[in-house]
Amino acid sequence: MDAFEYAKPSSLKEALGLLGSDWDDASVFAGGTDLISLLKDDVVDTKRLVNIKGIAGLNRVHESAEGVHIGAAVTVEELFSNRMIREQFPAIIDAAEGIRSPQLHNMSTVGGWLCQRPRCWYYRNGFGLLALDKDGQSLVTQGDNRYHAIFGNSGPAKFISPSSFGPVLIALGGEMRIEGPKGARDVAAADFFVIPQKQGEREHALAPNEIVTEITIPAASRGMRNALYEVRPKEGLDWPLTTAAVALRMRGDTVERARIVLGHVAPKPWPAEDAAKWLVGKTINEENAAKAGDAAVQGATPLSRNGYKVQLARVSVKRALLAAVGERRV
Amino acid sequence: MNKELTHLRVNGEEREIAITPNRLLLDALREDLGLTGSKRGCDDSSCGCCAVLIDGTPMLSCVALAASYEGREITTVEGLGGPGELDPVQEGYAEMGGAQCGYCTPGFMIATKALLDRNPDPTMDEIREALSGNLCRCTGYMQIYESVKYAIEKLRAKSATQAPATR
Ligand code: FES
Ligand code: FES
Repeated sequence: MDAFEYAKPSSLKEALGLLGSDWDDASVFAGGTDLISLLKDDVVDTKRLVNIKGIAGLNRVHESAEGVHIGAAVTVEELFSNRMIREQFPAIIDAAEGIRSPQLHNMSTVGGWLCQRPRCWYYRNGFGLLALDKDGQSLVTQGDNRYHAIFGNSGPAKFISPSSFGPVLIALGGEMRIEGPKGARDVAAADFFVIPQKQGEREHALAPNEIVTEITIPAASRGMRNALYEVRPKEGLDWPLTTAAVALRMRGDTVERARIVLGHVAPKPWPAEDAAKWLVGKTINEENAAKAGDAAVQGATPLSRNGYKVQLARVSVKRALLAAVGERRV
Repeated sequence: MNKELTHLRVNGEEREIAITPNRLLLDALREDLGLTGSKRGCDDSSCGCCAVLIDGTPMLSCVALAASYEGREITTVEGLGGPGELDPVQEGYAEMGGAQCGYCTPGFMIATKALLDRNPDPTMDEIREALSGNLCRCTGYMQIYESVKYAIEKLRAKSATQAPATR
C-alpha cells in the first residue's frame, strides 16, 4: 500500500475542499472495507484519504414528507436493525442479510455499499476495469468469465455491478444526493449507475470531487410489497451469483405497478421492464412469477462460461416476487 | 512518509505509537504493540481472523486504519482474559476442542464475546449468524458451536451465583 495522507474533516465543506479533480488526488473513505483492500492490492492509488465519518448529519436515518432519508455514513448494521426499515422495506433487510458477516455489517456504510468497486478478478488483479489486453481485446471474453455479465455486455465492460443494495434502491424508486463544489444535485438511483464505454470511465455518475451524502426512498414507494432474492454460491460470506429486487404496488391481489431489477448480471443494476409491465393486472402466483422470470431473462447475452447465470436470474425473479407477497416476520 | 503520534486505547490501556497514516490497525496491534493474538488470515475481509472489538462491536482490523480508531475502545483477544483468569468464552474453546490449529480462534472468540455480551441466551441460528463472518479450516465448526454453548452455560452459572435474589 502506497503512502497517503489521512484527513478527517468535520464538515462537508471541508471534505469537499480536500477532494481533487482527478480520481488519484483523493478518495472518499468511510467504512473502508472495500477501499483498503483496493489500496493494499495497488488497484487504486490515492494521495489522500478523506474520512467522512466525522461529518455531522451523515449518520442518521430519518423520515420526512418526501420519504425516508438514509445518511451515506449509516452502517449496514444500523440499517439492518432499524425497525421502520424492517417493517417497510424488507428488500433492504434481505440485501443486508446477504452480507454474511457481522463484522462487515458493523464497518460498511450505505454510501460504500453503493459505491464499492466491481469484484471482477481481472480488475482486482490490476488489468483495469475493462480488462483489455494490449491489442484492446477483452481478457474476459477470451478468459474465465463465469462470474461476469450476461446483460449489457456488448461494449467493453463485462464486469458486474457488485451491490445488492443498488437493485433494491432502483426498485424502490430511490434517489441519491450528491454534493460537489457547485452544490447539491439529486440523481435517481437508476441513473447513478452507468456502463463505462472507455478506459478511465467509472461505473457511476460521480465526479472525483463529489460525495454521495444521502439516499432517499420516496414516500410514493411506501406500502409497495418488496423483496430481494439472491442466489448464492454458499451460505457463508461471498458475493451473490444473481439477485432480483422487486417492488409491487398491489390492489387487493392484483399488481397495479411493478418494478423488477436484476443484480449481478450486468455492469449496472439491470431493470427488467418488460417483465414488470407484463405483471400489471396479474396476481402473483407460482405460474405468473415464473413467467415474469422468463420475460426478465429475454435477450440475455451470456459469455462463453456463464450461461448458467441465465437460469439463476430467472429463478431469482420468480422467488423475489413470491417473497414480496409472502408472509414475513419483522 | 511521515509518522504521526497516534493514541490508541487497547484492552483498557492508553498506548501511544508513531505510525504512518496507512498503518493498518492489525499491524499496529501486532507489530507496534506486540499484541499478536489477532491474526492475518485472508488480509481482505473474508475470514474474520483479524477481528477485534471496537467499543464492543466486532470489526476487521485488516481493512481498518489505526488512525481512524483513535479515541475508541479496542479489545483484542488478549483483553478478554489472560492465563489464570480466562473469560468463559476462552475456557469454552479450550474445553470443547473449539481450537485445533488455533489460527482462527482469536477471531472466533471475539465474535463469540460480542454475541454473548449482547445476547447471553442465543439460539443456534443466532450463534451461526454471529459466527458467519469467521472461517475455520480445522474443526468443521461443530466443536466451535459446542464451545459457545459451554461459555453460555458457564456465564449462566456465574450470573446465578452472583445475583441469586434479584428475581
Ligand atoms: S485477515 Fe481480516 S478478515 Fe481475514
Ligand atoms: S482451528 Fe485451525 S483454522 Fe480453525
